[in-house]
Amino acid sequence: MIIGARLGLPVGKATRNAFGEALRDLGRSHPEIVVVDGDVHNSTRTGYFAKEFPDRFFNVGIAESNMVGVAAGLAANGKTAVVSSFACFIMCNGFDQLRMSVAFPQQNVKVVGSHAGISIGEDGPSQMGIEDVALALALPGFTVLCPADEHAARALTRLMIETSGPAYMRTGRLDVPIIYNEESEFTLGRANRLRDGNDLTIIASGLMVAAALEAAHLLAEEGIEARVLDMHTIRPLDAEAIEAAARETGCIVTAEEHLLAGGLGQQVAAVVADTWPVPMGFVGLDNQFATSGAPDALLVRYGLTADDIVRVAKRAFGRR
Amino acid sequence: MEEGTRDLGKLSQLAGHMRRTIVEITTKAGSGHPSTSLSMVELLLPLYFGGVLRHDPLNPRWPDRDRFILSKGHGAPALYTVLAMRGYFPEADLSTLRVIGSALEGHPNMLRVPGVEASTGSLGQGLSLGVGHALAGRLDGRDYRTYVTVGDGESQEGQVWEAAMAASKFGLGNLVCILDHNEYQQTGAVRGVMPIEPVNDRWSAFGWHVIEIDGHDLGAVFAAYDEARTIKGQPTLIHAHTVKGKGVRAIEQDEKQSHYHGVPLSPDEARVALEELA
Repeated sequence: MIIGARLGLPVGKATRNAFGEALRDLGRSHPEIVVVDGDVHNSTRTGYFAKEFPDRFFNVGIAESNMVGVAAGLAANGKTAVVSSFACFIMCNGFDQLRMSVAFPQQNVKVVGSHAGISIGEDGPSQMGIEDVALALALPGFTVLCPADEHAARALTRLMIETSGPAYMRTGRLDVPIIYNEESEFTLGRANRLRDGNDLTIIASGLMVAAALEAAHLLAEEGIEARVLDMHTIRPLDAEAIEAAARETGCIVTAEEHLLAGGLGQQVAAVVADTWPVPMGFVGLDNQFATSGAPDALLVRYGLTADDIVRVAKRAFGRR
Repeated sequence: MEEGTRDLGKLSQLAGHMRRTIVEITTKAGSGHPSTSLSMVELLLPLYFGGVLRHDPLNPRWPDRDRFILSKGHGAPALYTVLAMRGYFPEADLSTLRVIGSALEGHPNMLRVPGVEASTGSLGQGLSLGVGHALAGRLDGRDYRTYVTVGDGESQEGQVWEAAMAASKFGLGNLVCILDHNEYQQTGAVRGVMPIEPVNDRWSAFGWHVIEIDGHDLGAVFAAYDEARTIKGQPTLIHAHTVKGKGVRAIEQDEKQSHYHGVPLSPDEARVALEELA
């Protein structure tokens, strides 16, 4: 794994695995949890839940629209209904159902999109969720979550399940660097400050949090001290932390494994523009699909590494 | 919960009242879908006034209630009217249809209207919700039944067939889909826009028990609901042949009928219609 390598971060489980384990564990104490699957439970890891709770697991076949509707019907009866598929399939194929049957009536449906980002690698662009966060943000009332590692995925899964209302969480396919530990604390809507610094702030989500930490390390070698925020909750967004970063560090760089259009960076920019305008830079997928290839090679080609964050950060810092 | 009536004479009177109300409120609103509301009157009355639906207007969220989901959400005027007549909210509220501040939006909003089981209006979604309700009932050991009304044009949506497959797979004998086959959709005849025939064969092939009826014959509608109740381990489709705009000559005799799909009667047309329905 290219990301985090220079920091010597140990590689842990994929966030999809941690989600699957957490969901199964929560199933033991939460009898109201049900899962509706579009025949990908061995990919999304809802299969762990299915194995232990077959009566509360419904595989509706390759039919994401119906999958979302069935979940909404279950949720209307007091169930905490979890639906999971690849991020691109559930958000794109199920979007109208998420809008009409889940968001509009504010049903307690938890949507988990796996295989988010381009780091899924060889399966290629048709399977990559690069627009899921933008679509989730277009659903009024949805909480939007993006865990950075296995500990974050476990903690956020619990918070998502135990907080009423519609929510979307994206998970990844790849084993990713460990940033947190079992004691790390998470609050919905509150960014985690992982590194202090007063020269600039890197605000990242998902896999790019490890890249941000690595970039901060590289910047420090050049005398630039970066603050790093893990924006694990993209809605509700931690506007307070963003404004403080703008005021206290003078420039902000965002990093996400998602299209720049409608993603984390633009959400952060809106807060910055509205509160304390400072120079910004944006790392993400810029108006294009990726291709097939090894995950590391893809991250390099599409500009999603620590070196890319450093480059963009220096430019923003220079305009400070 | 009160017992319903199977007195067809009394129900016919109620049908007249429903139709007059649908015409009045849509004409007053100046927009809406009276014709698709008029076609489903005799499908709703046995449910809400005939004792078919187990429900309690004073306790709309009673966990053991039977569910009724209007998937063809543009039929909202009919649903609102029968709910108001049944006491879910005051009939006087009906005159606020589509007015800002009113809970009676153009399409049903379950968060705002007592007795509305599902928010609908984007076609094709109600049967999936019904599958979810039916599965929840089975999971919770509740014996409620779930009824979903789908429009004929609406059944062109692929999601309807995804849901039909799922209902069959899960053996949902507690689920009934009512197909309001009034023959017309927004821009013309269903058979011209996108044929859905052979309706019975298609639904049978998807594993459903099919009952075909005249959807304006109250006795036949009761018989269909009764028969559906005897079907175990399999969902039931009630294929109801209806007339779009039933009871209003101006709509029934309009060659295309599509003119009236999303258009209310003018005040003058409404005056004539109300005399016909008197």
